[in-house]
Amino acid sequence: MPRRRLIYVPFWATYVFLYTPIVVLVVMSFNAGKSPYVFEGVSLKWYGELAGDDTVLHGLVNTLIVAAGSTVLSTVLGTLLAVGMARHSRSRLLDALGLLPAVLPDLVLAIGLLVFYAAVKMTLGLHSVILAHTVFGLAFVAAVVRTRLVHADTSLEEASRDLGASPLTTFVRITLPTLAPGIAAGALLAFTLSLDEFVIAFFTAAPTEPTLPIVIYSMVRFGVTPEINALATILLAVSFTVIIVAQRMTRLTESLS
Amino acid sequence: MSRTRYTRHLPAAVVAAGLALALAACGGSSTSADGTAPSAAADQLNPNADLSKQSLTMSIWPDYSPKDLPQQVQQKLGFPLKVALHDTNEMAMAKLTANADSGVDVAFVSGQYAQALNEQGLLEPLHPELIPNLANLYPEAAQLSFDKGNKFSVPYTWGTTGICYRSDLVKTPPTSWNDLLTPAPELKGKVTMMTTERWLALPALKVMGASINTTDDKQLGQAKEMLVKAKDAGMLYDDTTFGAKLDKGEAALVEAWDGWCPTTNPKIKFVVPKEGSDLWSDTMVIMKTSKNKEAAHAFINYILDPAVHSWVAENILYKVPNKAAMDLFAKNNKAMLDSNAPLQMTPAELLKGESIVDLGEASTKYTRLATEISANQ
Amino acid sequence: MTTEHDIAPPGAAARPTTGRAPRRPRALGGAAARLAFLGPGIGYLIVLLIVPLALIVGYTVFRRGRFGGVVYEATTENFTRLFDPLYFDIVVSSVRTATLTTLIALLIGYPTAYVIAGLPRKWKTIALVAIVLPFWTNFLIRVYAWVILLSGPGLVNETLTGAGLIDEPLQLLYNQGTIVTGLLYSYLPLMVLPLYAAIERLDPQLREASANLGARPVRTFWSVTLPLTLPGVLTGCVFVFVPCLGNFVIPEILGGGRSIMVGNLIRDQFLKARDWPFGSTLALAVIAVLVLLLFVQAWAARINGGAEDRRA
Repeated sequence: MPRRRLIYVPFWATYVFLYTPIVVLVVMSFNAGKSPYVFEGVSLKWYGELAGDDTVLHGLVNTLIVAAGSTVLSTVLGTLLAVGMARHSRSRLLDALGLLPAVLPDLVLAIGLLVFYAAVKMTLGLHSVILAHTVFGLAFVAAVVRTRLVHADTSLEEASRDLGASPLTTFVRITLPTLAPGIAAGALLAFTLSLDEFVIAFFTAAPTEPTLPIVIYSMVRFGVTPEINALATILLAVSFTVIIVAQRMTRLTESLS
Repeated sequence: MSRTRYTRHLPAAVVAAGLALALAACGGSSTSADGTAPSAAADQLNPNADLSKQSLTMSIWPDYSPKDLPQQVQQKLGFPLKVALHDTNEMAMAKLTANADSGVDVAFVSGQYAQALNEQGLLEPLHPELIPNLANLYPEAAQLSFDKGNKFSVPYTWGTTGICYRSDLVKTPPTSWNDLLTPAPELKGKVTMMTTERWLALPALKVMGASINTTDDKQLGQAKEMLVKAKDAGMLYDDTTFGAKLDKGEAALVEAWDGWCPTTNPKIKFVVPKEGSDLWSDTMVIMKTSKNKEAAHAFINYILDPAVHSWVAENILYKVPNKAAMDLFAKNNKAMLDSNAPLQMTPAELLKGESIVDLGEASTKYTRLATEISANQ
Repeated sequence: MTTEHDIAPPGAAARPTTGRAPRRPRALGGAAARLAFLGPGIGYLIVLLIVPLALIVGYTVFRRGRFGGVVYEATTENFTRLFDPLYFDIVVSSVRTATLTTLIALLIGYPTAYVIAGLPRKWKTIALVAIVLPFWTNFLIRVYAWVILLSGPGLVNETLTGAGLIDEPLQLLYNQGTIVTGLLYSYLPLMVLPLYAAIERLDPQLREASANLGARPVRTFWSVTLPLTLPGVLTGCVFVFVPCLGNFVIPEILGGGRSIMVGNLIRDQFLKARDWPFGSTLALAVIAVLVLLLFVQAWAARINGGAEDRRA
């Protein structure tokens, strides 16, 4: 069946295409030499350099602050919006508004915010990036939570209401626990997106407070290769661990419930 | 029925509320911005101000100042120094001009950009009495055409643009900008030019014998033709990593700022083409919005100390317009100076180069030229 | 404030409704609750999304300030400039590059998603995670990896010379093809995921029925599989096209200053030329292209709606 086999060609090509650069990055991060092309022996030298690089560390701390701040804001606003959209509105305009940040090119949002901050004369800093990242963060949280809401059983909420519980009580004691996995997934998504976001941060960060992607952009432009490779490898290792842990945890919660 | 009413009206109500909020924010802060409106008058500064109550933020290129400068400043001047980095002049300008207060006190930008900032009323006129170390500068340092007399900027480094090349990879050493624009065939794919618009135009304008500050459309059109031809012949563009590429042999002949030409590698040489070149200067300026102007002056004065300023020549191989610092450097690093031709250029030689000045409205012509070159396929 | 649902019997939610979605019960309280839930999010999006977008649209009719910002004098010159061949050609060639990337992504992504959907459960999970994983390391570093791979002494040239296919290293970097490679590399997963979701939902019985009726696999694909997965195809195309069109980082890193896209042009108007009105006009052009695209998507989805309804 040659045709059956043929379909595996693009399949494998996709993975080779996706992973060749990553393998090169990881291997070259352990290179003892400075050349990005010739492997001259195993060394952890570049990891040492990276650990002592204050600019990278400063960027990392800033990125974590931004990601944490925007995740908290996005989760609160996004969850409320999702519940509101699923339970209190049928407006298609509202649906479109909720989707807009996800389909808008990041560059357009970035310059819009740059212009907006200038118009209201807001001083830039980490707060301006947090506010900016929350725009798309809340949209993604709302989308994820809504998927969960659509599939959720509403009879509990109604029962709670019928028994005389206030809307607030119903929301806190019934709706929120039901939505918890969706909220957690949405928060994780918002955090991840913020962590790696470059374009919007590039336009809205203060010059004194660059995030890690901004620092990396500068490193890429100045061609500090081996250190970049080490950084990429660490990021990959951390992400991989997070994915495995998240998977284990979902399996755990699934088996518990 | 009522459902329709709510869903129609609620968004409208929120839109109105949001707009009100946004407008309130606009109105509120524009009043507070009145105090920082552009004006040419210098602030009254207190020469005896308690610097320990101030703190300073500077914006500078990466690796362009000592890594331990914040510690030095804290120790010697008694106030904390925060370092912000910008990759290019454009990035610095974007951040310094986009918002009312960028949070930056002292910025390091090239001369023509300092001039543009000043024309916009964003710079604090310098108080020379607070910078006694200005006396260390060469007299030529006050003759830079973007700021004669150092009214709003103090030069940090200066130099020129030329051709940096691998003597082992080129058959005949370059002497003219034409050697860059129409390179020998064996160099194909190994020649780079800079993309920052004024330096992109420089080689072509110099070949034509035109001023590098020309705003004449005919001359710029001619320059465009030459640059497009160069691109068609395989020119590559690089503003930041040409030194490393030469070092690795990935490039053989590049347009370069003298200090970025890695002549520490004995195979790499630097030449100022016979048609002449520019005189560029990276300067220190104090932002009008700074609330730490006394500290800013003390900081600039500290940089101009010979022991501090000579760090630049020793570590990044840039010439500094500071006579005392260059003398100190020459005394301590004789071998390095002897082996490095660009470092030996005298102020008089440098002044033969043409300063790039801000062209105001006409600067868009250079932006367009740069776009035309990169869009050409 | 009462709505019809406040007086509706509690069991109303269970009643079948005529709408497409499961009926949304709206029994958590009246207007106050609605405002409490919807207000913060909508307010936030209006201030930090709609107002900024409105500013962009508004700025397109004003003159640039000499040092950035705008001068509030009405003008049409920004639109005149937009149709200046220099800029218009860049917009057109960017659309072309984004389209090309999207098509290649579709051609590679469809069979990939198809194979993944047919894998046993355990392998399916692994294959999907492997598609997403590259997203979890920094985007800029991944793009930069291609500079290392494709440069003169890089891996690709070494392999080709080693295999005796070429004598001299090829100039693989800094051209239109490099940019497409970088874009494809960055956004291919965004094509595979929605395609996978669409193919996964497909009822295998449909294909079997088609085969049993004597249709050849190719015909089954064209007349059954593809139409049924069209929504996924359209979503994937939008997901890939949008970030490609507005990109400025990939052309910068992989284009080596020899090619630019509309994203670079917009970025430069804001960071170099400090011409906010023209930058806004270019951004508006990008938005216009995307709105057009979304209309095409909605239209194609509606034409395909018949198949959707039959499934639902």
